[in-house]
Amino acid sequence: MDFVFTEEQQMIRDTAESFLAEVSTSEAVRKAMVSSVGFDEALWQKICADMYWQAIHIPEEFGGMGLGYVELTAMMEQMGRYLLCAPFYSTVCLGVNTLLLAANEEQKAEYLAAICEGRLTATLAYCGVRGGRNAEDISATYSQQGDDFVLEGECGFVVDGLTAGLLLVAAREKGSSGESGISLFAVPADTAGVSRSNLPVLDQTRKMASVRLESVKLAQANLLGSAGQAWPVLDKVLDLATIALAAEQVGGSQQLLDSAVAYSKERVQFNRPIASFQAIKHKAADMMLRVEAGRSAVYYAACVADESLQGGELAGELKEAASIAKAYCSDAYFKNAGEAMQIHGGVGFTWEYDVHLYFKRAKASEHMLGNAAYHRERVAQVILD
Amino acid sequence: MKLSFSPEDEKFREEIASWLKANLSGGVEQLKFRGGPGDEHMFPEERKQWEQKLAEGKWTCVGWPKEHGGRGLPIEQQVIFFEEYARAGAPGRVGHIGEGLAGPTIIAFGSDKQKQKYLPGIVAGTELWCQGYSEPGAGSDLANVKTKARFDESKGKWIINGQKVWTSLAHESDYCFVIARTDPDSKAHKGLGFFLIKMDQPGVTVRPIEQITGTSEFNEVFFDDAECDADDIVGEPGDGWKVAMGLLGYERGVSTLGQQMAFKNELDQVVALAKENGAANDPVMRQRIADLYLRLKIMRFNSMRMLSDSAGDGSLQKEALIYKLYWATWHRDLGELAVDVQGETGQVLEAEPYELTRLQSLYLFVRSDTIYGGTNEIQRNIIAERGLGMPKEPKW
Repeated sequence: MDFVFTEEQQMIRDTAESFLAEVSTSEAVRKAMVSSVGFDEALWQKICADMYWQAIHIPEEFGGMGLGYVELTAMMEQMGRYLLCAPFYSTVCLGVNTLLLAANEEQKAEYLAAICEGRLTATLAYCGVRGGRNAEDISATYSQQGDDFVLEGECGFVVDGLTAGLLLVAAREKGSSGESGISLFAVPADTAGVSRSNLPVLDQTRKMASVRLESVKLAQANLLGSAGQAWPVLDKVLDLATIALAAEQVGGSQQLLDSAVAYSKERVQFNRPIASFQAIKHKAADMMLRVEAGRSAVYYAACVADESLQGGELAGELKEAASIAKAYCSDAYFKNAGEAMQIHGGVGFTWEYDVHLYFKRAKASEHMLGNAAYHRERVAQVILD
Repeated sequence: MKLSFSPEDEKFREEIASWLKANLSGGVEQLKFRGGPGDEHMFPEERKQWEQKLAEGKWTCVGWPKEHGGRGLPIEQQVIFFEEYARAGAPGRVGHIGEGLAGPTIIAFGSDKQKQKYLPGIVAGTELWCQGYSEPGAGSDLANVKTKARFDESKGKWIINGQKVWTSLAHESDYCFVIARTDPDSKAHKGLGFFLIKMDQPGVTVRPIEQITGTSEFNEVFFDDAECDADDIVGEPGDGWKVAMGLLGYERGVSTLGQQMAFKNELDQVVALAKENGAANDPVMRQRIADLYLRLKIMRFNSMRMLSDSAGDGSLQKEALIYKLYWATWHRDLGELAVDVQGETGQVLEAEPYELTRLQSLYLFVRSDTIYGGTNEIQRNIIAERGLGMPKEPKW
């Protein structure tokens, strides 16, 4: 048993940290978040060309780095900490995972290679306009017409949906319900009948879109896996993405702790730094507890995710590990955001200080892929039913 | 990162598991799942015999170096030992203070003579120890110790006077390790000594403290001209604080995974009850049970990190700093859930006049977890100061 980063993993983490500290400054984030695409295209190209992060866990045979989920989550933690605005989560955690689990060899060769080369970004469109994490929340439909498929409907909360080159769309066969009849399709964004619009949301650092599908005609080559059988695969993709998102939440929680502690050491009231008051110290101690416990949950879940992708003995724990991490880290992030704002006092309520960016990201991430109560209920089903 | 144990470790797991299975039978069976925190007053004599049984199998002091009578087990196998011990429901150890605290301190700071005199009795499970730290005026402010140690030249002995409190197992113990002031003019952590004191002598009186459970596991210990041999001070007069704090490093670590296995046993009881009485169908209870379950899992992941992630310089890593606050709070929440899950029936006693059910006992006893061994508030101060570099409170 050796539950720590290897030297190589530590190096990947440290490299990500120093790179992001340089490029994902508050100024850069604020510039990106008010742009229509939501990120700096030149920075993304630099990440793809110089850092090769988009290829982190793509197997080498498709041009990737062939690393694992521990490395991926280590990077996500840093991206969450520096609030990186880039189509990384959408392309890698949603897109690549979907392709790895659902696509056939030709589809992988085509799309994964394009992603590796930085030519393609991707995302996953699965729920309807009301959001949700369950099979019932998939509302777009398809019908088979000869050899072709025709998609109809609207997908909501599509991360980076406005800019992604490839939309991986979950749709259900017309008339089906629950977990049956669900299929996954690879839909190039320029396919006829696809229209996309920005979905304005509170968290400006992660762009959401609505995607309308009107008589979108697709060939067999666009179908990922077997028609109607996609739910188990999609469920697994969502669990993998959940673990990556939890890692991002840990990074954000850490940054909030660090900035609140730093501020409390500088801010003097009653002739002493407010960091010397137990009322502040105890809040900070609880924040650190949440960060460290969340990090332990994410490290474990990352190991399980690795085994899930490679067929190890812990693969069966994926669902539980994802829910444990997401339930804990969702609450931890939002609580830390609230406490960081409180410790900052008045300035924490200003647009100028960054606390609100994290406060907003925390709530948005909490509700993505199921909130804490949702994941606790999933755990309850395992132990109580 | 690697989460699995080696085949060699798994073989060791089988060895201890089968020994426990074979030896937790017959008359010993009644001790299963007994004698843990909140239940320490039960079966004291039988549990003392169990210590010796363990010693016969060489299952005491498994982490101690071989030269001192231990097995010198690597960390992984110590973890396995404590996990299997708890999984089997083997009884709460009456020897744990000697094995976990007194012995390691003597090994680290004691003289050769002290090692020869005291370690064999701990390993053999024949001599039990208790800890004399807290006093009525020295709780969270532990360094405010008033107990005095005066060296009597004519007797060639230390003479101890004062009062200790919250001393668990004092009435069962052969020895007590005590911090006492050797320099009467000193303050706080300066001028203290660390003494090994025989309990069976005229100057030592033990008085049980009746707890909110109606039972007594803790005691007050009074020293009235109690005597301690000149050879039985660990380190020099004035080193007491350093020696006492040296123990803290031993208090965390490998036994935590065993503790968690015991927690798991308790949570399993609550889950079984919830399924039986229908609380498992209540959405609010489902949330609370799942929350406790997942936080216990995280406690385990955190310990795995703690055990793998040693800085090598004896300093506590961040995940180790949070540990006490984390588990104590968790356990308190579990106790609350244990009665809540029973609804109104959870209020009904096992028997008159005031015999508690196991879960009622748990519910009440866990209130001490967030107080002893550093209150939650002191833990938060330590985390803030050592983990986050926040300044100490100005002196009053």
